[in-house]
Amino acid sequence: MSIKRREFLKIAGYGLAGTILSITGGVFVGRGSEILKGLERVSSTKVKWAMVIDSRAFKSESDFEVVISACHKAHNVPDIPDKNREVKWIWKDTFMRGFPSAETRFISEDIKKRPFLLLCNHCDNPPCVRVCPVKATFKREDGIVMQDMHRCIGCKFCMAGCPYGARNYNFYPPREYLKALNPEFPTRTLGVVEKCIFCYHRLDEGLLPYCVEASQGKMYFGNLADPNSEVRRVISENIIMVRKPELGTNPKVFYII
Amino acid sequence: MVEKALKGGVWYWLWLLLLLSFIGLAFYFWHSEHQYGAGVITGLHRDLTWGFHIGQLAFFVGVAASAVMIVLPYYFHNYKEFGRITILAEFLAVGAVIIAMLSVFVVMGQPSRVFYVLLHPTPNSIIFWDLVVLSTYLFLNLLCGWTVLHSEYKGTSYPSWLKPFIYWAILWGPSIHIVTAFLLQGLPGRHYWFTAIMAPRFLASAFSAGPALLIFLALLLKKVANFNVGEKAIQTITKIVIYAFIINLLFLLFEIFTAFYSGIHSHMAPFLYLFFGYEGHREWVPVMWGSLLLGIVGLLILLVPSLRRRETTLTLGALSIFLSVWIEKGITLMVGGFTPNVFETVTPYKPSFPEVMIALGVWSVGFLVVTILYKITLSVYESKNLAVKLKG
Repeated sequence: MSIKRREFLKIAGYGLAGTILSITGGVFVGRGSEILKGLERVSSTKVKWAMVIDSRAFKSESDFEVVISACHKAHNVPDIPDKNREVKWIWKDTFMRGFPSAETRFISEDIKKRPFLLLCNHCDNPPCVRVCPVKATFKREDGIVMQDMHRCIGCKFCMAGCPYGARNYNFYPPREYLKALNPEFPTRTLGVVEKCIFCYHRLDEGLLPYCVEASQGKMYFGNLADPNSEVRRVISENIIMVRKPELGTNPKVFYII
Repeated sequence: MVEKALKGGVWYWLWLLLLLSFIGLAFYFWHSEHQYGAGVITGLHRDLTWGFHIGQLAFFVGVAASAVMIVLPYYFHNYKEFGRITILAEFLAVGAVIIAMLSVFVVMGQPSRVFYVLLHPTPNSIIFWDLVVLSTYLFLNLLCGWTVLHSEYKGTSYPSWLKPFIYWAILWGPSIHIVTAFLLQGLPGRHYWFTAIMAPRFLASAFSAGPALLIFLALLLKKVANFNVGEKAIQTITKIVIYAFIINLLFLLFEIFTAFYSGIHSHMAPFLYLFFGYEGHREWVPVMWGSLLLGIVGLLILLVPSLRRRETTLTLGALSIFLSVWIEKGITLMVGGFTPNVFETVTPYKPSFPEVMIALGVWSVGFLVVTILYKITLSVYESKNLAVKLKG
């Protein structure tokens, strides 16, 4: 019995050490170092990545196009002609479709007609993560909702769970619909789900997500847990909307209206 | 006992051959889906990712769960009239669970990875629990049905060690269907499913459709195989169907009251789409009314004592209720859950021909198992009757 207890304590000790390591090492070291500069002052808070999209700044077709193609090209997102079964990580949609529960009868024509960039909200309380039977989609400690295309069994439960239509199932062999291949990023296979991953690989290198970089200041990205971060500043200084707040998913993509 | 499945007439083998050819065809289409993609083979799309097959899951889990309505009175309340039909109910449950589990398997985009569900158990996902409860229920029904039949074969009563398993199966029956309802009713933003009454309504519709199918099968066996489960058993089951279906209709009314009295648009929208059309889309309106009409006609037939005692009208009534629930749960439940979609617009869905063929193959696997199990059951009872005759 005593040996068993000793073993148990040993295992528990490793577990504790591992947890501390992953919290400190995994979250505070090496990720998005550029943005993290400001974080050193608030080291007791964790990182919660968030995005703010200034919907007023997106005017022309090309404003959207550069952002979308920067993401899609870099991530080998296939260009599928069948619009009901396409794959898109970030896309342009109408206000009415993006914010269907918003009061729209008396709002200005400008907002009613304004196109919006939609993408995965990286919810703080993500239903997709809750329903995935194999942990193929999971939430990192910095809040990014990840998708493991090699774990995914293609059950599509997450797509029933996501209230934002942000998830894509590969209805067609994705490699056949690639115009150009980026060898730096993996391609996908038939029958798996994929979506925006908040460019976690870029953050790890200290870079901004592709879309944010390509938007040239129309999108903000940073740490929501840091009260002095730029995202917190723009959120507090502007009129902000998130998609379907009534569902309690706590989206981390904010829209300046 | 298994050897009894190997002796049969021409019709028996032709029936098995037909089922096997459906399975072969389904395998072909299922295989093509993994070659060319679900976009080519199925009618599913971005806004409706669970269609006809998950509908079959919901429906056939119900058929499996409904065995409890026969098993409970027989074993727990010692209702002797259900002696013969109980084994039929248990074996039907075996086939129905197989159909349910295969219906989920065929929607997997990566079928070779499906064992990850056990390799990486994820208790927060209802699919994990569904797999656990369904495979347990499959095992329990196979064990209980087979052991009881084997005792019948030997001319003894079933062993006492089976009792705990029988009670376990009785508790398990409703839970498999509750868990299946939980797959749907806890999803934020799917208004049609987001209702606490989903699980009870699942049970009510299952306890009407499942026994209705059992009535049909029992009458069929009486006609083609001269196997009589007894008039009283059938009449009691008919009453179970009636009560359960009335409760099911009441639950539908409660749903409609809540959606329309509250006036919350998003809750009304799926009902509007299904029953009246929405934003110019009326794809499922005739189907929905058809289902409701079938249900009411079936209920009226069964409610009239003289009609439910006549075998032709009883069959008609039972089949109407079965079909009504099948349409509602097997098809429109999925359509309504995903339409209007998360953008509150309509992307119509129609199951494709290969999709239906794959489902036909899945049903065939279930009915193949049921046929073989029923064949063994019938042969056991037949040889027993023969023995009684010889003794007499």
